[in-house]
Amino acid sequence: MTINKAFAGTLESGDIMIQIEPSDKEGLNIELDSTVMYQFGEQIKKVIAETLTSLGVTSANVKATDKGALDCTIKARVTCAAVRATGKDVWA
Amino acid sequence: MQRLRRTMMFVPGNNPAMMSDAFIYGPDSIMLDLEDSVTMAEKDAARLLVHNALKTIDYGNTEMVVRINPLNTPFGKKDVEAVVTAGVHVIRMPKTETAEEVVELEQEIEKVEERLGCVGRTQIMAAIESTKGIINAYAIATASKRMMGIALGAEDYCANLKTQRTTTGEELLLARETIVVAARAAGIDALDTVFSNLNDMETFRKEVELIKHLGFDGKSIINPRQIEIINEIFTPTQKDIDKAKAIMGAIKEAEAKGSGVIALNGKMIDKPVVIRAQRTIELAISAGVLTKEDL
Amino acid sequence: MNATKDRQDLILAEAKKLNKEVFDEKNLVKNPTEKQQFQKESPKLVTLEEAIHKSGLKDGMTISFHHHFRGGDKVVNMVVDKLAEMGFKNLSLAASSLQDVHEPLIEHIKNGVITSISTSGLRGKLADEISRGLMEKPVVFRSHGGRGSAIASGDLHIDVAFIGASSSDPLGNACGYSRSENAKSICGSLGYALPDAQYADKVVVLTDDLVAYPNTPNSISEHNVDFVVEVDSVGDSSKIASGAIRDTKNPRDILLAKQAAKVIVNSGYFKEGFSIQTGSGGASLAAVKYIRQSMIDQNIHASFALGGITAHMVKLHEEGLIDRLIDVQSFDRVAAESIMNDPKHKEVSANEYASADEPGSATHYLDIVILSALEVDTDFNVNVLVGSDGIIRGAIGGHPDTAADSALSIIVCPLLRGRIPCVVDKVTTLITPGKSVDVVVTEYGIAVNPNRPEIAERLKNAGLNVVDINWLKERALKVIGTPAPLPFGDKVVGVVMNRDGSVLDVIKNINA
Repeated sequence: MTINKAFAGTLESGDIMIQIEPSDKEGLNIELDSTVMYQFGEQIKKVIAETLTSLGVTSANVKATDKGALDCTIKARVTCAAVRATGKDVWA
Repeated sequence: MQRLRRTMMFVPGNNPAMMSDAFIYGPDSIMLDLEDSVTMAEKDAARLLVHNALKTIDYGNTEMVVRINPLNTPFGKKDVEAVVTAGVHVIRMPKTETAEEVVELEQEIEKVEERLGCVGRTQIMAAIESTKGIINAYAIATASKRMMGIALGAEDYCANLKTQRTTTGEELLLARETIVVAARAAGIDALDTVFSNLNDMETFRKEVELIKHLGFDGKSIINPRQIEIINEIFTPTQKDIDKAKAIMGAIKEAEAKGSGVIALNGKMIDKPVVIRAQRTIELAISAGVLTKEDL
Repeated sequence: MNATKDRQDLILAEAKKLNKEVFDEKNLVKNPTEKQQFQKESPKLVTLEEAIHKSGLKDGMTISFHHHFRGGDKVVNMVVDKLAEMGFKNLSLAASSLQDVHEPLIEHIKNGVITSISTSGLRGKLADEISRGLMEKPVVFRSHGGRGSAIASGDLHIDVAFIGASSSDPLGNACGYSRSENAKSICGSLGYALPDAQYADKVVVLTDDLVAYPNTPNSISEHNVDFVVEVDSVGDSSKIASGAIRDTKNPRDILLAKQAAKVIVNSGYFKEGFSIQTGSGGASLAAVKYIRQSMIDQNIHASFALGGITAHMVKLHEEGLIDRLIDVQSFDRVAAESIMNDPKHKEVSANEYASADEPGSATHYLDIVILSALEVDTDFNVNVLVGSDGIIRGAIGGHPDTAADSALSIIVCPLLRGRIPCVVDKVTTLITPGKSVDVVVTEYGIAVNPNRPEIAERLKNAGLNVVDINWLKERALKVIGTPAPLPFGDKVVGVVMNRDGSVLDVIKNINA
């Protein structure tokens, strides 16, 4: 799947900013900065990876700046960034 | 127990922090907004956010409403799909002018529900925000069996009317009364418009007293600080409850005697008084100031 | 005749017996100079460097500071910079608390000027570095009452105290405000500095408004002061808080405040003549506003309000709803001005405020206290010092003192701060033992310590949403997921002293 550079989300408290860029390597390279890094860093990366994989995005550079977003918010922002990057919407 | 709709609290659909904790303030309904509070460029993002929030967050007993974009925009149909699949209770349609628009929305909802196998799950409420909408209020209110309420949107309505809102609200009187009459005739709920000046709680209180008097079930609100005043005004007073309880007692007594005539303290009680007493009891139970055991 | 001369022999004899000289009129000097000229002079008036020299301060000794200027304090950095310049090493810094503004201490720690610290709290970059293991010796944390006790008992011996004051005369009669037209700063109460003034070996007062003798009524007496140093500024008062009453607009704080007020009104302790203390923080400050309405409605008056005094409390006092204010720290300008002008607004020293071993300390007479928390655990233990990320980011303050001594302690905290839970299984650091914590108010419900079934009963009867604290913990986890354990190391970076002088807990370094 071809992707373009795209982002979604904000830097407000409780939100997460996701930036997706094409990568020349296979796999997802996720760079995370989070206000809750110690407690939720791994969980956030897991949600990002699972969401992208489920949308068929398997190769990308992802930069995430998290301000304490809940998992459902992370999923929504990652999906939005992926839809914008691929041009392929999730709605019929 | 009837569902109370005293307060329907607006929450911008692209603000995750507000969406996750709106229910702690105890509004009867939460209305996540995809329309006016979301910019064109963020419609897709807000739609996904609302979808995931509805699916994930435990809102307790709060009724979940989503205001979608009009169906004639590029966003409306996707909004319907996103919120119906997430199990929203009510879709609020903005700027409703005709019964046909309600029917069109119903068809869109049904398409998604059929796919999910849950036809009939989603209710509709229509916001009426124009003079044309007011003229068609009863037709709108009865356009679908999914209709649960109609609401007034006063800002657009006033612009359409070529006037502006005042603190006393004479300009809205016809619209408000029309909404209540149409809703009552259709057997659904009537909700009043928002009051935006958070620094003027006194005028807000007067407006809430007015709309309760007019017969509204509740009001759309923009801030948790407005909830307490509305609940206070809409919750029956102890005096009202005591009176209603006495009337209900008289009904039971009449039934026991097999008498068709209901009397209290030697005076005959008319049907409207009975209906009002029943509503007071229901409101008091829903508001948690009276239990069934108290009856 | 009864002339002195006639008794001369007897005088001589008595003087001899007493081993004293006989009075000689030649030794009596009468100076007719206008004394006004001396009112701004005194041998105590020296430069900071002279004061340090003359105080006899040596490497390895203990210096102390107070924190009434909070984030606006200028004294700690000024004095420690000077000590570094003068070549001092290995000093112990005993502050009543430290703030973000004290970040320059990091360099002084690295250079060996400061090698140990005791304080009520730490914030900002300094706290961050210390949490990661900056210092060899652990920081000793004490509550305000605990510090007062430790100073009085000698557990915390102060060699030289440096006290910033908004006015002082050349003899050291000093206040946290100034009545002169040259007033540059104001902090109100000097409560935390009073034990230092009383017990330190040497006391240096620094002031940015040197006024003529006598600067009375005074809070620090010349009797306790060895040196007075005039400086440009002791603190930026605007950093304490702005002048007006600040009403929080945050709907969550308002919700918590209203719930806290309902708890108080229905607790059984809301009676004519009750006493109350509120902590800082939007919700507990706002609670006062809602309690006020109930006091008016039910015609109830408080005998005193205690602790950090705010503009809200001053307002209630001026309205006649609170008879006396007892002030260890003025939280804003309104409170600071009130303590200057109102004799019923009394300054109190840290030990008279909250010492466990001082029978007359004010907390022993306290009915209700509202406090905040970073974390509360399911045993009602409270942490107000270390963040859920393992980094020190707060202060003990009077938390354990007031919780233990009051008849009813109420903790007000949101269940969730973003993705961080405030009701947890085990607190990161134990500051206030659960035995002294009675009620926890959150936006999701109110938990009552099982030790206080009568309180739970009263709140339920009032229609409040009383829930099990375990339910609150579970509810939080349901929203945020389960946090991973923190990467603590094995080095102890902090020791938490209980108010009775025992060791309550330790803080380990965080690896990240």
